[in-house]
Amino acid sequence: MLKMHSVTKSYNHRGKRVLALDDVTMEITPGDFVSIVGPSGSGKSTFLLMLGGMLRPAEGKVFVDGESLYDLNPEKRAALRKEKIGFVFQTFNLIPYLTALENVQIPLLLAGIDGDEQRAKAASLLERLGLGDRLDHKPSELSVGQQQRVALARMLANDPAVVLADEPTGNLDPDTGLAILTFFEEIHREGRTIVMVTHDHGAASRAARTLKLFEGKIVDG
Amino acid sequence: MKLRTLVWREIFERKNQLGTSFLAILLGISVIVSIKNITYYSEKAVARELDALGANILILPKSASLQDYYSADLQQEVFPEEYVGRLTNSDLQGLDNLSPKLSMPVEVNGKQFTLTGILPKNEFQAKVAWQGAGIFARPEGCGTVVAVPGQAAEPTKETLSRKRVIETIGEAEILLGTDMATSLNVAEGDSVSLLGTSFTITAVLPQTGTIDDSRAFAHLHTVQRLAGQDSLLNAIEVVGCCNAISGGLVQKINKLLPDAKVVTISQIVDTQIKTNRMMSRLSLLFLVIIVLVGGASIANYMFANVFERRREIGTLMALGAGSGVVLRLFLLKALVLGVAGGLAGYVIGTIIAVVLGPRIAGVPVLPMPVLLLWAFGIGIAILLAASYFPARRAARLDPVSALQEV
Ligand SMILES: Nc1ncnc2c1ncn2[C@@H]1O[C@H](COP(=O)(O)OP(=O)(O)OP(=O)(O)O)[C@@H](O)[C@H]1O
Ligand SMILES: [Mg+2]
Repeated sequence: MLKMHSVTKSYNHRGKRVLALDDVTMEITPGDFVSIVGPSGSGKSTFLLMLGGMLRPAEGKVFVDGESLYDLNPEKRAALRKEKIGFVFQTFNLIPYLTALENVQIPLLLAGIDGDEQRAKAASLLERLGLGDRLDHKPSELSVGQQQRVALARMLANDPAVVLADEPTGNLDPDTGLAILTFFEEIHREGRTIVMVTHDHGAASRAARTLKLFEGKIVDG
Repeated sequence: MKLRTLVWREIFERKNQLGTSFLAILLGISVIVSIKNITYYSEKAVARELDALGANILILPKSASLQDYYSADLQQEVFPEEYVGRLTNSDLQGLDNLSPKLSMPVEVNGKQFTLTGILPKNEFQAKVAWQGAGIFARPEGCGTVVAVPGQAAEPTKETLSRKRVIETIGEAEILLGTDMATSLNVAEGDSVSLLGTSFTITAVLPQTGTIDDSRAFAHLHTVQRLAGQDSLLNAIEVVGCCNAISGGLVQKINKLLPDAKVVTISQIVDTQIKTNRMMSRLSLLFLVIIVLVGGASIANYMFANVFERRREIGTLMALGAGSGVVLRLFLLKALVLGVAGGLAGYVIGTIIAVVLGPRIAGVPVLPMPVLLLWAFGIGIAILLAASYFPARRAARLDPVSALQEV
């Protein structure tokens, strides 16, 4: 269960206050597939990071499974991310000097799983995403679509109950984008909660529910 | 994969950036290791020279230079053997022992060795008209130990390697330094041919760590004949009583032999002691310099590294890494660099010491494993200290600002 209660967040930009989220209250039930839409600058990324325990709200509370995220200390919050949340960034954020396999191993390393198991699990995840023959490639040696798939494999590595994805189809050609959406539907069927930011109405319509943001407010959903 | 895999990969991926700051530490450690190594052997040589030498006065040809004791008699210049007679026939007091020598280079299996001719004590006594009691008596309060004839119970080998004095040696007998014996692949009792002459090996001398290890000792007259330098010497080693030396023995010998150079061992050793003292101070200075310059340079590099990697740090945090993991990531990197710097510094420093030591300090230098601990200690301490604040900054980064996603 993901919950936001009267959450407000504003940025200070050269003395000017920029409101990114404005008194947002909402709830996402476990196993839901939610898409977040809205024009650029409407606060979608801010919303997602806040749900993921990465960005403290100025006011209000964020709950994950009944626990108030920002009342936890940073270490506990990190532990909660490690256990429950899988992130996919708009720009992937793969570690440039590690291979595809090693990038996927990171969440497993952080979870304290030993080397052999790390490799086996990471390899099977990459295989599932069709990258079985690219395990030893560094991000710079992969196409953008392949990098995106490595990021997806890494997101799944710690078997998260909640998946937060920021424009997972944004940089991709329609076919690859479609394959990624199919993948999200697949992992949704595995029982995970999915929150996906997207610009693409086609993509949004795949979700069970759509939240629309406009100037930091939820206007529809 | 372990955290250290991450550290390794990152170091190798961006090793160019490490360049100068790592080099500063590496050079610093190398210099300290080499200075310490050379100083140790130099000090040991001085101690050995002062402690173990039978002779405390050297008589050399006028033009001989005074680099160090062990090679003082390896020079080309010669003087007549008759000087020995002049000394023994004089009325000088406090001359406890005389040892005339002639050395010549010999090549064995392509390696250079030295063949030194010495006069055994029994012949020396028999040959010269020995004046009074003075000459072979035990010196009083000198610290020099000279075997008294008839009382010489010490084994020949030990006596020669420690005091360069030997009781008997036949015209066709030879004593070999360890290195030379190894090179020739011979043992005691074998015979060996040098410069067309066959010798019986009466002894292989124990290791001394000096150039005496690549020296062979034979009868003075045999060597004189082989060198074609009949009745000529390179040096006379003199055991003088300390009281006599402070009473002007050197000046008196000088007066007696105006064409020779007369020096005390302490004169030779003195320059070495001074060099050693300077080296110790230098190594301290270098320690201060690398701590300051190297440390500052590493800290600077580490701060830049943290800044450059903040996106990566943010990613790790998003994936669930706590501040402890991030702190460990950077401290582990510091540790790896410290160990690498220490190890490489030790290796380079040791090579410098072994190669340059004989030229700078005139002593053979061997690697000293204990300095590896020093090198590790310095390297790790500087790296950890310089990286602590950068690592802490990394650990305290706010994941979002590190990610720059928003
Ligand atoms: N670090 C920051 N400093 C100042 N203003 C910021 C900062 N980050 C975001 N903002 C502002 O907050 C608002 C919301 O930003 P956010 O990134 O959440 O929008 P978004 O909906 O994800 O946009 P996009 O679709 O372009 O990714 C924007 O107006 C943006 O300019
Ligand atoms: Mg965005």
